[in-house]
Amino acid sequence: MYTQGLDAAGADARADSAASDDEAALLQRFQRRVDAEEKIEPKDWMPERYRSTLIRQISQHAHSEIVGMLPEGNWITRAPTLQRKAILIAKVQDEGGHGAYLYSAAETLGVSRDQLIDQLLSGKAKYSSIFNYPTPTWADVGAIGWLVDGAAIMNQIPLCRCSYGPYARAMVRVCREESFHQRQGYDIMLRLSQGSAAQRRMAQEALNRWWWPALMMFGPPDADSTHSSDSQRWKIKRFSNDELRQKFVDFTVPQAQFLGLTVPDPELRWNEAAERHDIGAIDWREFEQVLKGNGPCNAERLAARRSAHEQGAWVREAASAYAEKRRARGASRAA
Amino acid sequence: MQTERDWPLFEIFVRARAGLDHKHVGSLHAADAAMALEHARDLYTRREEGVSLWVVRSSDITASDPADSESLFEPARDKIYRHPTFYAIPDEVKTL
Repeated sequence: MYTQGLDAAGADARADSAASDDEAALLQRFQRRVDAEEKIEPKDWMPERYRSTLIRQISQHAHSEIVGMLPEGNWITRAPTLQRKAILIAKVQDEGGHGAYLYSAAETLGVSRDQLIDQLLSGKAKYSSIFNYPTPTWADVGAIGWLVDGAAIMNQIPLCRCSYGPYARAMVRVCREESFHQRQGYDIMLRLSQGSAAQRRMAQEALNRWWWPALMMFGPPDADSTHSSDSQRWKIKRFSNDELRQKFVDFTVPQAQFLGLTVPDPELRWNEAAERHDIGAIDWREFEQVLKGNGPCNAERLAARRSAHEQGAWVREAASAYAEKRRARGASRAA
Repeated sequence: MQTERDWPLFEIFVRARAGLDHKHVGSLHAADAAMALEHARDLYTRREEGVSLWVVRSSDITASDPADSESLFEPARDKIYRHPTFYAIPDEVKTL
C-alpha cells in the first residue's frame, strides 16, 4: 500500500525482451527459484524489471515511513498525558527506524541513500497518500494507529514472505514492531469512546476522517491495476489490492462496533452468502488527486520534511567533523 | 573533510544473549565506527534485542560470488560419509 504509485509509474518499464539466449536461460532459472520459494539475494542475477520494481516499491515504502512521522509528530508536544507522550515518541521513533531498515534494503539493489533522499525532497518520489491528511485532534492519533497502522500490517505481513531476501527480512522486523502501533491507537480510541459525549464525538469524527483514506491505502481496484501481474509472478506481491482491502474491512468493522462507533459508509452490509462485508463505492478521484500532490497536506508535508533536512544539516556536518577529528587523533597516536 | 554524502555503510551484528553468536541484523550509514555503534543501538536494540553489538564497514567484507556457489559448495553434497548417519551400527552396540 505504500506503493500506490507503482502501477501508474510502471509505464516506463518495458517487459524483459530477452536480449540473448543467455538472458532467457537466466530468466528461466530465476523464475524457477522464485517458484520454488527460494529467496533472491542482492548479488544474485535478477531481471532488470525485478530490480527496478523493487527499488521503486521499497523506496516508496521507506519514504512513507519517514513522511508518516509528520502527522503524528505534530501531537508529541500536545499528548494528553506524559505516558501518552512517551508512547507517541516511541512510535514515531519506530517509524523512523522502519524507514532506515527499508532504505538499507533498497540500497542492496544498487541505488544510493542520497539518491533516494534527493528523490523524496525534490518531490519526485511517491509516498503513501494517507500521510497527506491532517490530524486536527488527539483522536486522529488514535485513528491513525488503529486504522492506518492496521492497514499497514495487513499489507506488510505477506511482504515478510516476499521473494527478495533483504526486503522480506526488513518486513519481519517492521511487523514485529507494528502491532504495538495498532494497539496503542485502538487504546486511545477505546478510552475516548468510554469518555464524555465530547470525547465520543471526537472519536467518531476521527473515524469519519480516516475510514475512506485508510481503504484507499490498499491502492486502486484490481480491475485497474494493470502492472501487478509481474509483481505476483515474482512473488513480490502475494495478494491483490482488493483482497487485502476486504480483509481489512472484515477485521475492522467489528472493532468499530465494539467502540460503539459508526463506520461512515451507509452502504456497508454484512453479505451472508459471501461471508464478507460489502462496502460502498470508494471515491477514486480523491485518491488520484492526493497522489498527484493535491491532497490537503501534500505541500505541508514536503515542506516540513525539507525544513527538517535543512535544519539538521549542521548536525550532520558536526558529526562528520567530529569523526574526522577522531580519525586524525588516532592517526597521530599511531605515528 | 568527509561530508554526509559519503558516510560509509556499516553492517550490524547483534548478540541477543550471552552465550549466543552475534547475528547480522542489517546495516546503516555513519561517519565512523563509533557513530555506527551509537546508531546501531538506537536502530536495532530499542526492545532489548541484544547485549552486544559489532559494527563492520561493509566494504571490509569479502563475500563469495553466487556464480561460484556450485563449485564452492556442491562438492560437499556427495560426501555423505562425513555425517554420522552414514554408518549403520547394530542395535546391540550402545553409546556410539
